[in-house]
Order: sequence, then C-alpha cells, then structure tokens
Amino acid sequence: MSSQIKPENFSCPSPAAADAGVQLAHGGGSRLAAELIEQTLVPAFADPVLSRLEDQAVLDSQLAPGERLAFTTDSFVVDPLFFPGGSIGELAVNGTVNDLAMGGARPLYLSVALIIEEGLPLEDLRRVVGAMGEAAAAAGVRVVTGDTKVVGRGSCDKIFINTSGIGAVPAGVELSAASLRPGDKIIISGTMADHGMAIMSCRQGLSFVEPLASDTAALHELTAAIMTAAGLPPQPEPTAGDHPRPALRAMRDPTRGGVAAVLTEMARASRAGIVIDEETLPVAAPVRGACEILGIDPLFVANEGKLLAVVAPEASGSVLRAMRAHPLGRRAAIIGEVGAENPGLVALRTPLGTHRIIDLPTGELLPRIC
Amino acid sequence: MFKHLDEYRDPALARRLLAEIAGVARGRWVIMEICGGHTHAIIRHGIDLLLPEQLELVHGPGCPVCVTPVGLIDKALALARRPGVVFTSFGDMLRVPGSRESLAQIRSRGGDVRPVYSPLEAVNLAAQNPDRQVVFFAVGFETTAPGNALAVQQAARLELTNFSLLVSHVLVPPAISALLAAPDNRIQAFLAPGHVCTVEGLEAYEAIAARYRVPMVPAGFEPVDILAALLLLVRQLEEGRAGVENEYRRSVRPEGNPAARRAVEQVFEVCDRNWRGLGEIPASGLRLRPEFAAFDAENKFELEGIEGREATMCISGAILRGEQKPPQCPAFGRECTPANPLGATMVSNEGACAAYMHRP
Repeated sequence: MSSQIKPENFSCPSPAAADAGVQLAHGGGSRLAAELIEQTLVPAFADPVLSRLEDQAVLDSQLAPGERLAFTTDSFVVDPLFFPGGSIGELAVNGTVNDLAMGGARPLYLSVALIIEEGLPLEDLRRVVGAMGEAAAAAGVRVVTGDTKVVGRGSCDKIFINTSGIGAVPAGVELSAASLRPGDKIIISGTMADHGMAIMSCRQGLSFVEPLASDTAALHELTAAIMTAAGLPPQPEPTAGDHPRPALRAMRDPTRGGVAAVLTEMARASRAGIVIDEETLPVAAPVRGACEILGIDPLFVANEGKLLAVVAPEASGSVLRAMRAHPLGRRAAIIGEVGAENPGLVALRTPLGTHRIIDLPTGELLPRIC
Repeated sequence: MFKHLDEYRDPALARRLLAEIAGVARGRWVIMEICGGHTHAIIRHGIDLLLPEQLELVHGPGCPVCVTPVGLIDKALALARRPGVVFTSFGDMLRVPGSRESLAQIRSRGGDVRPVYSPLEAVNLAAQNPDRQVVFFAVGFETTAPGNALAVQQAARLELTNFSLLVSHVLVPPAISALLAAPDNRIQAFLAPGHVCTVEGLEAYEAIAARYRVPMVPAGFEPVDILAALLLLVRQLEEGRAGVENEYRRSVRPEGNPAARRAVEQVFEVCDRNWRGLGEIPASGLRLRPEFAAFDAENKFELEGIEGREATMCISGAILRGEQKPPQCPAFGRECTPANPLGATMVSNEGACAAYMHRP
C-alpha cells in the first residue's frame, strides 16, 4: 500500500532558535503568535482564567457587602529593561498593585498588555514575563487577561507594558489627596530616590562600592497594616451617630516626580500648606552620594516601593510603629506636617531654619554643568 | 566622604558663624558671589536671609548657561537642526532659549540632541558612529575646560574626523575686573569661585585684590563654607584689608591643578569673548588653538551670519551684572517662569532667577 499523504503529519520546524528575537509574525494570528502565547506568556502567569484564552476574563465577584471596586491602569517604559533590584516586569506588576493599594484596596485581578519591538531577544521577553509572573504570585494577585502586539523596529523601545488592575475597597474607607487637614503628619515608609538613582547610575555607567538597587515592591501588605493601625475599616458602631473622621487621610506612592510631586499634588488638592523638615528626609548613603555627583535633588527622584501616608496627629504614633514593624517600612519616618499657612504650597525647612518652596520639576531631570 | 560633607552642613556651626558675622559687621557692605554654584547654595539654604541686614549679597555672572551669548546658542540650534549631526551638550543647556527656540524643542521635532555628563561620552559617540558628525557644546568656566581639552586630545589620538566642539569658554578673573572697572560699580568684596580656583589657583585673584583693593575669598559650596568665607570677607572689609584668604583649603591650592592647567594650555588659547548680559570683555574666553582647528565646529560648518536676538522684556543682563534682583523684573514669575523661560537666568539651577522662584 502506498502510504497516504496526511497533511497533519507535516511539520515545519519553527525557524526561531532559542536565542532568536521577536518577529513581527509573533504579533498577529500566526502559528508563531500562538506558540508565543501558549509556551511563554500563559505559563508565566499560571492562571486558570487566563489559560482559557477567551477574549475576556469572566470573573467571580469577590466583593464583600459594602465593598467597592477600585480600577486603575498604568503603562511602563524603562531603559534599561533590567537593572539592579528588578526589571520592567516587576515594575509593571508592583506599580499597578501599588496604585490600587494606595486607595485602600485589596488587589484582585490584573490585565497585562505587551507592545514589543521587533527584534527583542526572546530570552529577554521570557525574563520580563517571568519576572511579572513571580511578582504577581508574590503579591497574591491574578493576571486574568492579556494582549500582545509586535511593532516594527524603531516603533517602540524594546518593550512597553500596560497593566490594569481591579481591587476591592472596604466599606468606610475614603482616602483622598484632598482630605488633608492642618496638624496632620506626613509619614514616609523608607528611603527616597533608590529606584530613580539605580536607573540613572545604570544609564551613566556609575558604579559605587555599595551598588544602588531599585526598591520595587508591592506595598499592599504595608497599606493593610497602616489601615489597621489607623482603625480602618471602621467597625460598625452599635449606636447610630456621627462616625469619627478616619485618622488616615491619604496614601500615595511617590513614583515619577518623587516625594516633591506627590506632596505638591496633595497640598494643591487639599488647599493646605505642607512643611517638611530637610533633616528628617531618609536617603541611603550611596543614593545620596549619587545625587551629589549628578547634581540631582532626591526629593524629585522616582521611588517604586515607597509610600507617603498622611495621618491625623493622634494616630501618627501607632501608624509609624505599624509601618516600622513591616519589612517594607523599617525606615519609616515622620517628615513633615500639614499647616494652614501657604495653602497649596510645599515648603522645606532647612537645618538652618530657613524655608524654601518645593515646586514640581519643570521637565526631565537634567544634570548641571559644574 | 559624606560624613566629611556633613561637617560643612552642621547647623550649630553655621549659627555660630552667623553670630560672629553679626558681631563683626559694622558698615554696610556689598559682596558679590561670582559663582552660580554659590548663588544656588545661598538661596537653597536661605543664607542671605540670615545675614545682618547691612550685608548685601549680589549674584554674579558665574552661571555658564546664563552668560553664553544668544548668537552662539543660535549657532548650536543651527547645528542641531542639521541632518547627520548628533549634537551633545550638558543637560542644563537643553532648555535655554535662543532667539526663537531651544535645543529641547529641536529634539522634540526629531533633531538628534543628546545630553551627556562628560565630553568624553561625546568622543565615544563619535568613535561609535563614524557616519555621523558629533558636536559637543563646550560651555563653561575654567572648571569644564580641562575635560574639554582632554576630549579634544583623545579625539586627536583616535584620529576622529567626525568630532568637534562649539566653544563658548569663559574665564572668571577678566569678568571680575570688568565689573570692578565699571564706573558705577558697587561691589566691595568677592566670594571667589571654589571650583575655578581649584583648577587655576589663586594668582589671578591676588592680582585683582591688590589692583582694585577688594578682599577675595575662595569658598566651598556648603553653608558652613560660605558663612566662614563671608566672615573672612567682613573682617577684611572692617579692618580695611584687601587680600586673598583661602576658605576652601581642602580643595584649592595656591598653584591650582598643574595637570589640568597644562591640558587647557595645550588645547586652548585666550581670546576676547562676548558675555550674555555683560557684552564683549577682552581676553575673557578660550578658543581652540590653530593646531586643533579641525575640531572647531565654527570652522567645520558654515555658521556665518547667525546673530541672536534677546527677548525684550528680559533684564537678565542687569541681573548678571548684580544691578538688579530677579523680583525687580516685571516678567519674573509672570511671562517668565522655569517652564517658559525668557532668559537663561531662569533656566539653569544656578541661574539667579530660577533660584528666586523657590522663595516663599
């Protein structure tokens, strides 16, 4: 019998070797695209809903009575993709988890959209996606839907990532940058400028005895500890009456623009003045060194694993203790106070007792001449 | 290193020095800090607000970005617009307005403008991109000249034909002399530039102090440095002395840095220069020596006939001469802000106008 020709027995071995780069064909509808999704992307996140590869994730509601949804989105672009302390992958997961957590939300679900430049080494893509999967697992958040596009060389820089997130906000939690009151304390969870200076020293080829590492971290456990210490969510009162104003006013993660940008936004939104003490601002010694060398003020430099909490004075002690008891808040410190003077402005008190206004940076951070 | 720096930021020591200055100062004295780094530090720490009111600090023309003439910035812009040119510069220069626009605006339209930290980075770019012309904007005082001289020597050693400098180097002592020689001069003493003196030494300052009978004290850039230097200056003024006293001994040696001076002398020669705000000052700048003409962007590219126009509202000239303070400008904080600067003094961190934007 002549053997029959069975098309399904044909196979064309994928021409892509292990060290090959992403091709335009990885982007749309082809066998390469299907392979990329099934062999690289889906396993990294190991989620049953994602694995179904439907056009949408259909999810069980995880809201308790009275809880509301928080929804956020952020896009991540960074050069270099890999740096001491992490990669764009961790940033993309932790950044969105943190944006949810700053509103008092429990993070639940993430989406991940990748825009990849043709030619990105597949190995780099695997590392980035692997880092995202690990960060999501560590944060206990599920990646349930995603998308991949490949664009021609030069149309994007290696890889851009968008993540969106959904979380649950307990009843009675109303945090807002507009709710600051005179007397409130400003608490930072740790040292400033670690992430931004790690990236900048990578780009400039600066090396230090103690290498600078990004502080990228998911902060939702720290925010949960802060909320508990501040008495949130409020317990239902047996007797009806006025609920006391929550002692926790607002939380923000000082990413781009640094601590200065967040405080300026809060001062403007609350029409309150903020005064911070230069001597209390925590900066790690090697980061301070890098800032001195490059002529950059750490107040304006990005963080990826720090938060600012604004707390009523009576709760500041318990919140500070709770933060210091958490591994991500060990170096927490009170750095300033909300006042009635200079509404809308942030002033910095120097060690000499003079004040200067801290404003948003005009544009990109640029090194000085001498 | 930073424990060492902390000593010069010690608030208790700073307060002791302030009290001493207040105890010594009797007359009314006008002291200029010539260097933009000092202006930045004085405003940053609020030092001028803590001094006795009879001491007036005026801000000098020592911000390299601020004194680069508009015409030369327009030449930089013309180069940056050219296809095939990679225009490199220190970061502060990117937002300085020329007659019509800035390097940053040209970059946003696709011009290849790159901020670098060192001129040697620009040399490396030239070595890596033999098909592109790499131009470095060699701006600055005596402090940046040695690095730029080394960059030219390195490019010569690598036999690069695609690297050049657009030179706008200026020198501090001739500017001080020009200020002192002006008939309406008010300045009675100078906080001398610590980093410039580290490179060039004290000889030129001794000569000026003797000739014009003005005290001069080179100072470091921390609050304690500046206050200690002001105390030395006020003592000299009160006692009628006029000499050079070195506050910044941890960095400044009387003879300067001979290796750096040698590199500068090998590559550059002194020339007349036009300063933004001050005008032409004889023998106040550096240009490339004829043997390095191949690395001079003004030789290499046709840049003739480019002349700048200043924004008419801007009073940065009077500010750079120490005649007026930024809040006296009608445009300050209104038409002119760091986001939309009319003049260079509003751009650089070291510019007096930008520094005053941080005053409560």
